[in-house]
Amino acid sequence: MSKPVLGLILGAVLGALDGLTALFYPETAPQIVGIVIGSTVKGVIAGVIIGFVARKYQSLPIGIAVGLAVGLILAYLVAMMPDEQGNHYYVEIMIPGALVGLILGYVTQRYGRLPARAGH
Amino acid sequence: MSALSDDHLGSLRGLLDYPDLTGTRYEIRRKLAVGGMGSVYLAHDRALDRNVALKVLTIPDLSGERAARMMREAHVVARLEHPGIVPIHDVGRLSDGRVYYTMKYVEGATLEQFRQPETPLPDLLRLFQRVCEAVEFAHSRGVIHRDLKPANIMVGPFGEVLVMDWGIALAATLTRDPATTTPDSRSERASEAGHPVPGGESAGSYVPTPNTAAGTILGTPAYMSPEQARGETVDHRCDIHGLGAILYFLLTGRAPFEVFDSPASPDRIRKGEVTPPRTHDRRIPRRLEAICLKAIAPSPDDRYQSARHFTDDIVAYLDGLPVSAYRETPWEVALRWFSRNRFIVFIVVAYMVVRFLLLLWRGI
Repeated sequence: MSKPVLGLILGAVLGALDGLTALFYPETAPQIVGIVIGSTVKGVIAGVIIGFVARKYQSLPIGIAVGLAVGLILAYLVAMMPDEQGNHYYVEIMIPGALVGLILGYVTQRYGRLPARAGH
Repeated sequence: MSALSDDHLGSLRGLLDYPDLTGTRYEIRRKLAVGGMGSVYLAHDRALDRNVALKVLTIPDLSGERAARMMREAHVVARLEHPGIVPIHDVGRLSDGRVYYTMKYVEGATLEQFRQPETPLPDLLRLFQRVCEAVEFAHSRGVIHRDLKPANIMVGPFGEVLVMDWGIALAATLTRDPATTTPDSRSERASEAGHPVPGGESAGSYVPTPNTAAGTILGTPAYMSPEQARGETVDHRCDIHGLGAILYFLLTGRAPFEVFDSPASPDRIRKGEVTPPRTHDRRIPRRLEAICLKAIAPSPDDRYQSARHFTDDIVAYLDGLPVSAYRETPWEVALRWFSRNRFIVFIVVAYMVVRFLLLLWRGI
């Protein structure tokens, strides 16, 4: 499995699980489907970006830093959107989002196949 | 006229002991070592302006048998072109008829000197892996070393690892003039004898022979395989034992058969009775102990059947993967997985802790 595909699949799974944690907050129950779909899409986008970076740069520190940054940026974009009451959930969305990005950065660096190099 | 001091006399005696290199392009610098058949000197190659190690036969050789063996050693090692095997540069005869050959001069330490109690085990295992690869290469070319021990492994200043002293290997590999012996003819003889041919026909073959030369058992007792100690026919699996004995040394800091003053020791060597490494040091991982004990099993059939299989287990150990020599309990599997994936486990736990703390924070 290539690194971008690994990032895509893992991003989707972790994004969905991250979205499902909203079930712990009863006030978000009416929006749970939207939250899970949005979180999954966010995970997929983060996974693909991080996967492509991992394909280009084989460095664990770079992978972790990029994962953290992409996770934070995407989570920030999501957190900017207020709920029906106009509340923002920056902390609740950004910290876990950054950790999901970190996991994606680490896993795509350690696992996944690199493209074969052209030989002479 | 003043009298010569003992030091001066000692130096003069040493100079007289040096071989006469007239007619060669080398000049002796100093003596490096004395072996069973010859001495090794640090010499300077005037033509190429570099230092080399020069080995020359020093013991009397009226029959010419030892000279022939040394010549064969040079020929065999010259064919073993591998980064882990010390390369031969030149071979010839001195003006007095003695055979000599020159090889790369390796500055550094023997594995025996290199291994310190504080040397990290993974570093030692990575070095050991390269020794295994060099021996595997030699086997694929039909050569068995038969005297593998830490003192015959050199570790260079840049981490290069070189297997040295292939003197005994000759007796086991070639019974004809190597210059006229083709891999095919040796393969033929091996198959006639019904012995395995490691590495396949294209890679060459070897003929296992009794490891005695004129009734003498060759090798170093502390690292010797039981079949070698019994004077039986040996094959490449005696080198597997040698590699296992080196691993034993790396793990414990001592040879598998160390106490020679005990009357039981020669018998212990012949039976292959070894004290398990963890008896010396309980911190040695069980999986490594199992790898080591499999390699030095008394019966060659119970050992790794090739240096490649041995290397595979060492690499698997270094990568945190299961090894063929040890059956793990589920708990050990879980521990190994945890230790291999420590970082990912840490992030997942951190994520769960963050989620829990956020829940608490929201609840307040």
